[in-house]
Order: sequence, then structure tokens, then C-alpha cells
Amino acid sequence: MKVLVPVKRVIDYNVKVRVKADGSGVDLANVKMSMNPFDEIAVEEAIRLKEKGAAEEIVAVSIGVKQAQETLRTALAMGADRAILVVATDDVHQDIEPLAVAKILKGVIDEEQPGLVLAGKQAIDNDMNATGQMLSALLGWSQATFASEVNVEGDHAVVTREVDGGLQTIKVKMPTIVTVDLRLNEPRYASLPNIMKAKKKPLDEKTPADYGVDVAPRLEIVKTSEPEARKAGEMVPDVDTLVAKLKEVGAV
Amino acid sequence: MAVLLIGEVTNGELNVDATSKALTAATQLGEVTLLCAGASAAAAGETAATLAGVAKVLVAEDPSLGHRLAEPTAALVVGLAGDYKHILAPSTTDAKNVMPRIAALLDVMILSDVTAVVDADTFERPIYAGNAIQTVKSSDATKVMTIRTSTFDAAGDGNSAPIETIAAAENPGLSEWVEDKVAESDRPELTSAGVVVSGGRGVGSEEDFKIIEGLADKLGAAVGASRAAVDSGYAPNDWQVGQTGKVVAPDLYIAVGISGAIQHLAGMKDSKVIVAINKDEEAPIFQVADYGLVGDLFTVVPELTEKLG
Ligand SMILES: Cc1cc2nc3c(=O)[nH]c(=O)nc-3n(C[C@H](O)[C@H](O)[C@H](O)COP(=O)(O)OP(=O)(O)OC[C@H]3O[C@@H](n4cnc5c(N)ncnc54)[C@H](O)[C@@H]3O)c2cc1C
Ligand SMILES: Nc1ncnc2c1ncn2[C@@H]1O[C@H](COP(=O)(O)O)[C@@H](O)[C@H]1O
Repeated sequence: MKVLVPVKRVIDYNVKVRVKADGSGVDLANVKMSMNPFDEIAVEEAIRLKEKGAAEEIVAVSIGVKQAQETLRTALAMGADRAILVVATDDVHQDIEPLAVAKILKGVIDEEQPGLVLAGKQAIDNDMNATGQMLSALLGWSQATFASEVNVEGDHAVVTREVDGGLQTIKVKMPTIVTVDLRLNEPRYASLPNIMKAKKKPLDEKTPADYGVDVAPRLEIVKTSEPEARKAGEMVPDVDTLVAKLKEVGAV
Repeated sequence: MAVLLIGEVTNGELNVDATSKALTAATQLGEVTLLCAGASAAAAGETAATLAGVAKVLVAEDPSLGHRLAEPTAALVVGLAGDYKHILAPSTTDAKNVMPRIAALLDVMILSDVTAVVDADTFERPIYAGNAIQTVKSSDATKVMTIRTSTFDAAGDGNSAPIETIAAAENPGLSEWVEDKVAESDRPELTSAGVVVSGGRGVGSEEDFKIIEGLADKLGAAVGASRAAVDSGYAPNDWQVGQTGKVVAPDLYIAVGISGAIQHLAGMKDSKVIVAINKDEEAPIFQVADYGLVGDLFTVVPELTEKLG
């Protein structure tokens, strides 16, 4: 079985986001970028499936700016076998919408014919939580989102999902799209020798036109603003003062 | 303009809190039809008919719609979509699972976690864990969106809207439900509770989480947790508050042994009053707290529990 893992280049999760003063967006020039944390978990899961003998090949795919090849090299250094970069824009501030990403991924999948797609549940920049579900719709495949456990068993997979009420287990037909949640695994770090080896692994470059996809956004960004800041509170010296204050404002 | 709101139906019951908050957003857009779908949904439909502002209720009952599996639920909604300009649901995990699928089948973008309706085409939504708010204008023929319930007030009741029964779509048969593991609890539900007490890594163990639960029970509160507490096995996953957990906005949020990472703040910074208890006076949680208390939670929380009430 071939496993396809879409990986997104996003602002590093430790970076404090700065909204540009003119309301045109978030400042992404010269900030640290990394692989979306959920996608690291997806890559890790694919590698584990390969180590167990349940997968033969892992293909990582990224859509965005040319610099996303760094993200793909990280995936290759972790253990992916090959990578496909779809250069869809040369502007680091242009986010390609999940619908367009899903259409491009469908094009890749039509060519690659994987048995399983492992994506992240959510990109931590746009917080959409949509691409896996959209891709599954376009392909007419089953979907299993927010996975905390994945077991591939022949022509189906049994997936445990993190849902509002707790956990739900479902059985889905293969091929399938799984989106991964935080507790599925702990991703490994790439070792130095593997980082060196990754430089020689194949990385193909494509464009949206190769798949006949128009990436023009459906959502026009009118403006981007800072959330309302909370006003500074106060420190209280002890429990008695805290209780008195809470009573005073009617919070208890 | 006609709006279709997908009610949150779990095991045949309507989640009134989540549904009625999304209803408030829906009524800003037009005349609302509320769909209740499930293996059993008639009772949910009757509850839905009482919600103020609902013009009509649709009830679809079919075994394939039990457990809200994405594929049959999306097939049902796509079959109805032609009549509506807007299709909404509260931002629950069920809706996040199914709504993007519906959007893609209609060849439109999804608007996730909408926090404000500006006009029929323009909406606000948080990005970057709530560190920025984006105003977006959709050019799609149908707007498919999930509504962040913590920012809308619940619609009232007292209505008696007409109820119509409709058939399910053909089940694509791609997935099957196996089991749910749901913790039973007498505490209020996290996303609708008036008071939430959350514990973090500082609590140190599952055993010591009882201290947090004790304070919560004294206040009639729900219990929350940071991701670190969940990952360490101190608390179950459905207690996680944050960017990738639940978003809450209670009247009172008490954060205990939580440092205040942006991913955690994303889930609670709209709470009315925030209290932070942490032994590290530099902890970033104090920057968003209305009342901060520097101290060891193992002495402060029992004392607070005792002195409240
Ligand atoms: C993609 C992604 C998504 C994430 N999503 C979420 C999310 O949804 N929700 C979330 O919470 N996190 C999330 N995180 C994790 C987040 O970045 C932090 O790691 C996490 O919130 C830290 O949890 P914590 O505050 O409990 O632990 P820590 O940061 O370790 O803080 C523990 C605190 O306890 C205090 N403490 C220790 N002992 C005591 C004591 N005896 N008395 C009083 N105080 C004490 C310490 O001073 C410290 O401030 C996410 C991370 C990533 C990468
Ligand atoms: N531009 C992209 N390139 C590669 N993968 C992506 C891209 N955008 C989204 N994805 C995948 O889809 C998941 C969910 O993203 P989103 O729907 O944007 O929240 C991510 O975790 C990735 O696995």
C-alpha cells in the first residue's frame, strides 16, 4: 500500500503572531516556519505503518510557495520516500484555500493511487479543519477525522476518533482519508544522517495547472485585525482576598 | 433568503445549547429551517420546533444517520441544499466532520468557526489560534459554515414551528459505527457551563486532579484541562480546552497549574472573569487573568474550596 501525506508549511507554533498595522494580514516575512504540528504526527504514523509492513511507500505532498520544499525535506528526513511540491503561489502571504488544496490533492491521488491518505486535522495558521473532509468528498472515499488510533486491517481501517463526548470508533472502507489528532503518536526527530540522506530523495515539482486546478480564492479577505485585548487584571495576595473579590463582582 | 441550520442531535436528543446559539447566527441571515437527522430524531425535532425564530423543522430518521457518520449525513444535506443560500451548524466535532464534506460536494469553500455575521456574504472568523480575526467575503453561491457557539447568545423558546418528515438519502455505505466511549458525568457540559475549573500539568497526576474536581463540584462547575494534562493522562481528551480542544466562554474560568500557552488561551480568553492560580509569578496566564494568585495549588485550591460556599 502506498500512503500519501499532505504536509503544510505554517508559522512555527511557538512564534507570537503579529497582525500588520494596515489590516492586510499577519506578518509572515522573516518569521520561523515549520511543518504543521498535526502533519508531523501524520508523517510519523505513515512511517510506523511502513515499519510494521502495512505500507510500502510514503509520498509527502505540499502545496504553496517554493519554500515549502524545506517542509518536504523534513518529511523525507523523518522517513518519507519521495515528495511532490505543487508551487501554487510565489507570495508567502497567500494561503491556498482547503477547497483548492483538496482539488490538487485529488489530482495527485488520481496519478499516485494511494490506499491511504494521512492528513493533519487542522492547519494551525488558518485553523480551517477542512482539507481532509473536502478531499474525501471529491474522491467519494470514506473519511475518519480526528484520529487518536488507526488500525489498517485489509480492506478496511478501524479508527478511534476524538469527539466532543469522548471517543468514537468507526470502521471505514479502504481507500480512506484519515485526519490525525494530537494524541495519535509522538513524532520522531530526524537524525543528522537521515537529514543528509533526505537531500538525495526525489522531490518532484508541479503546478496547479498540471492538475487543471484554479487556485483563485473563494473567500476574499476584507481585513485582518487584532482580537480585542483583555484589560489588565490584578494580583491578589491570598485566598480570602480572592473569595472577597469574586463575591464582589458576583462571580460566585 | 432561506437558511438551513443543522441541529446537533446526539443519540436522538437535541443539544439545545449548541443548536440555539447557532440559531442566533442563522436568524441574522434569513428564514431558518432546522434539520434534525439521526437514527431517531423525532423527539429532537419536537424540541427544535420550540426554539424561537425557527420557521420549519425537518426530521430525517434512518439507521444510516445514527452517530452522525459523515458520508450519509452529507448526502442528505446535499440533497436539500438547492433550497438554501446558507447552510449552518454549530462548531461541534460532528459538524466539523461533516460540513467541509458538504461544502466540497457543492463546490464551495467552508467558513469554519464563524464568530460574527457582518452581512449575508461577510463573516468574521478567528485564525492563528485566535491571535487574529479575519473578515472574509464569500463569492460562493451557497455559504456553508460552522458557528462558534461561545460568541453567540442562545435563542429563546416558546415557538411551535411546523414539523415535516423527510427521507434519508441513499447510504453510500463507506463507514460503520463501532462504539462510543463516553464518560458519564453529573457535571455540567464543558461548552455550556457557567463556571469552568481547569487543571494543567502543574496538577501532576490523575489522582491529584481530584483537587480540581473538588473545587468544580463546590461551584457546580464543569472541569477542563490543558493539553499537557490530557497528554499526561491526568484528564480525558474531552476535557481539553484550547485551539484544538473545546472553546469555552463561561462567566467564571479558573485556571489551575496552567502556564497559559497561546493554544490554551485560544479556548478560554473570552471568558467573563478569569482566575489564575500558579506558583510561577511569570506565568503568561496572569496576563489574561482578572485575578491572579501566586501560590502552590496544593494548598491554595483546598483552601479556596473550603472558603467558597
Ligand atoms: C498544534 C498544537 C495544538 C495545541 N492545542 C492545545 C490546546 O487545544 N489546549 C492546550 O491547553 N494546549 C494546546 N497545546 C499545547 C500548548 O502549547 C502547551 O504545551 C500546553 O497548553 C501547556 O499545558 P500546561 O499549561 O498545563 O503545562 P505547562 O506549560 O507545563 O505549565 C504548567 C504550569 O503549572 C505551574 N505549576 C506547577 N506546579 C504547580 C503547583 N504546585 N502549584 C501551582 N502551579 C504549579 C507551573 O508554574 C506552570 O506554569 C497545543 C500545542 C500544539 C503544538
Ligand atoms: N497547502 C497545503 N499543502 C499540503 N497539505 C495541506 C495544505 N493545506 C492543508 N493541508 C493538509 O490538510 C490538513 C488540514 O488543513 P486545513 O483544512 O487547512 O486546516 C493539514 O494538516 C495538511 O495535512
